[in-house]
Amino acid sequence: MLLALILLHMLLAAVAPFVGRRWGRATLLFCGIAPLATVVWAATRMEGVVGGAAETSSLPWIPDLGLSIDLRMDAFALLMVALVAGIGVLVFVYAYAYFGDRTDLGKFAGTLVAFAGAMLGLVLADNLLALYLFWELTSVTSYLLIGFEDRKPAARAAALQALFITGVGGLAMLGGFVILGGQAGTFQMSALLSDPPAGTLTNFALVLVLLGALTKSAQVPFHSWLPGAMAAPTPVSAYLHSATMVKAGVYLIARFAPAFAEAPVWRPVAITAGLATMLIGGLRAMRQHDLKLLLAHGTTSQLGFLIVLLGLGLPEATMAGCVMLLAHGFFKASLFMVVGIVDHQAHTRDFRRLDRLGMSSPWRPTMAVTAVAAASMAGVPLLFGFIAKESAYEALVHGGTGGADRWILAGVVVGSMLTFAYSGRLIRGLVSPASAREDTVSAAPAPKRLFLGPAVVLAAISILLGVLPGLLSDFVSAAAGSLDPSAEPVHLALWHGFGTALWLSVATLAVGGLLVVGWKRVEAGQSLTPSWLPSADAGYLDVLKGINRLADRTVAVFQSGSLPAYIGTILFTLMALPGYILVRDTELPELPPVASSATQLVVAVLVFGAAVGAARVTQRIHAVLFLGAVGYGMALLFVLHGAPDLALTQVLIETLSVAIFVLVLRRLPASAARSPWRLGQLVRGAFAVGTGLFVTVFALVASAARTEDPISTGFLERALPEGGGRNVVNVILVDFRGIDTVGEITVLAVAAVGIVSLARAARDAIVGRPEGEDS
Amino acid sequence: MQRSVILDVGARVLFHSVLAGSLFLLFAGHNRPGGGFIGGLVAAGGFGLRYLAGGVSDLRSASRFHPWTFLSTGLFLAVGTSTAALFLGGQVLESGKIEMDLPLLGHLKATSALPFDIGVYLVVVGLMLMALDALGEEADQGEHIEETAT
Repeated sequence: MLLALILLHMLLAAVAPFVGRRWGRATLLFCGIAPLATVVWAATRMEGVVGGAAETSSLPWIPDLGLSIDLRMDAFALLMVALVAGIGVLVFVYAYAYFGDRTDLGKFAGTLVAFAGAMLGLVLADNLLALYLFWELTSVTSYLLIGFEDRKPAARAAALQALFITGVGGLAMLGGFVILGGQAGTFQMSALLSDPPAGTLTNFALVLVLLGALTKSAQVPFHSWLPGAMAAPTPVSAYLHSATMVKAGVYLIARFAPAFAEAPVWRPVAITAGLATMLIGGLRAMRQHDLKLLLAHGTTSQLGFLIVLLGLGLPEATMAGCVMLLAHGFFKASLFMVVGIVDHQAHTRDFRRLDRLGMSSPWRPTMAVTAVAAASMAGVPLLFGFIAKESAYEALVHGGTGGADRWILAGVVVGSMLTFAYSGRLIRGLVSPASAREDTVSAAPAPKRLFLGPAVVLAAISILLGVLPGLLSDFVSAAAGSLDPSAEPVHLALWHGFGTALWLSVATLAVGGLLVVGWKRVEAGQSLTPSWLPSADAGYLDVLKGINRLADRTVAVFQSGSLPAYIGTILFTLMALPGYILVRDTELPELPPVASSATQLVVAVLVFGAAVGAARVTQRIHAVLFLGAVGYGMALLFVLHGAPDLALTQVLIETLSVAIFVLVLRRLPASAARSPWRLGQLVRGAFAVGTGLFVTVFALVASAARTEDPISTGFLERALPEGGGRNVVNVILVDFRGIDTVGEITVLAVAAVGIVSLARAARDAIVGRPEGEDS
Repeated sequence: MQRSVILDVGARVLFHSVLAGSLFLLFAGHNRPGGGFIGGLVAAGGFGLRYLAGGVSDLRSASRFHPWTFLSTGLFLAVGTSTAALFLGGQVLESGKIEMDLPLLGHLKATSALPFDIGVYLVVVGLMLMALDALGEEADQGEHIEETAT
């Protein structure tokens, strides 16, 4: 059933572009069926899974390599499924209202549902390699979604940046998985995590895996792609860049942390990155004027928070992380939806141009939703975000990492103050008078009910769970328990009594409130940041430039455009490497008789003469004819040795190559350029003689080096009974070595295409006019 | 370009015999000298003759199909035959045999290697046609330009 649900997503993705032509934006609702089915099915299984019975299904894929698509839904996976599919349904409805009628919505809906399916597979996969497969699928589909407005250069660049950064991380992660799988002897995640390997190699693998997770979740210093990804249509941002794709890294860290947190590399890397991201993201959100960018930086900050909680690998923090994961999904998706509504109705996301838009009466419902979601993000009591933050503080106060506890707690508290501050900044931006001089927007049509509906649902959940958090106690306990069996079941409650956590919350609200009041000063203060500080965006560009420069240099050195240089390099390598080993390691075998009959000797002398002739003449056409003579002489030798097939082939090949040569020669100067220097001629001569010697010696040594019976005797015996033919050469070609032949004719086809394109390129260069403009 | 009448007529007369010969080599190949590769080369030689006699235009009129049609059909046939066994539950390239007695033709034996060989034949012919077409067109045009320039 798990597999069927993923396949349903992929099936809808495949048909969506076709039905999209007729149905237009209704395709989005059609594709929403897949996540809806997932939600319904997951709800029916909830009781059993929370009770501890994981749903599994397995499909053998490549049994020889130990690869299979193992799917497993335990309580934590169920939590992720609820986020992915639940928010997915709302996003499809939202997207339906967001887009006008466009012709390419089929493609969009298909890609979005493919992404949802990949994400579902990612959280359900129990095999590391299958997880990697789905992981990369989310990268590729998100590339397509970010670059959906493919006529805008900014969108294409942002999509590419996201793909590069997450792709590099993904490759590193694959390396880590392979090492871990080798260490543990299994690629099955549940088995690996219950009996984790340890040691230097494992530590190395963990760093690689963390690299994958941190790039995917846009953690410092890889966070630059996420703000860029805001070029995507808002439904995509609401889904991918708040609730799902960026959560993939968090998911992986959550899975691995209980087993590997004690490894010496884990916490320093994961927690440092998480804390740094939480603070930097919060600070940067405080200077954005674009509402969507504000949310984007806020998202990186919140992801950092999640990485800290779930990366610690401590039972209590894991529990808090599960709550936070849900809370963040609800409030961030609804905030993105609201910002998309503002953008769609007012045609700007820059709050300096919005003149008290949120205060106008038609916008009140929208504003109420925004306020609820932002307050939940800020951690205001009676909302779900407060419950999450309280349990996080509670867990961090108890700590468990030793000396670092205090610093982690301090970092998270400061980060939460910033979170409060930028939540307030979002609200203030919507209700304040415009600060821009012109192009201000003071009134815009309020959104339709369906447009606002999904955000209302999410805000309502934030309130419901904020007031009655106990509803989730069992579910969250089971989720944390499936990550870390030592996690004690908790009872989530609004009131925990007067403890350190409460006072920290009060401090957060107070300082955060002050930061909101003085928002302009906070913004101005940041412009004092010295400009020489490295920025991640510039770093990304520098890396790109560096790669390009390296490629340019390499090409300039190795592709000089001189044919003698190319051939010389190839021949020199041949003589220097295999030739050196040949001379060093082998003895010359006895020379075979020069010729077994007088006829052979005559032919050999003719071939030799023709070869010398080819080297001596200056006219290219003469050289070609001499080469042809060498070839025909070889064919004669084959006949004398009783190989008619070979001889026939050789004759035909010679004939055709002379014909082709003539065609090419028509475009070249009649006489070949001799090297103008005596020394150059000598070097060329040395290369020619050296290569000839090497090939001769190699042939002698190779034919004398036989230790086993030649495979050809077997072929001779098997040709008729097994291959059904008496012509052994042909049976070898089409049967015994058929797969080689397939490869060879593929090369022929590629060569044909190459010849045509080379000839066309040359023709256009000579004739000096582009194709298709015949006079 | 200048055309030699003798070569021109000779090439047209020989062309079909060459093709027939190449087909013979193709089908005889499993038991006697020949095969798809050699057959294809012979056919390509026939086309080469047409080109030498009449240039690219004559070459193009010699076949109703585009050169790349040969190439793609051949590749498809060869790959198709080699993977067909997979769908029938065998290994890649596993060969099968059909033997039958037909009126007039007598005893006939065909192996699954035959369509494979035909594929090889077509690829070789296609490659040669594409090369002659592309390089020959360039050469002919180059000549044409030199002529008009002088």
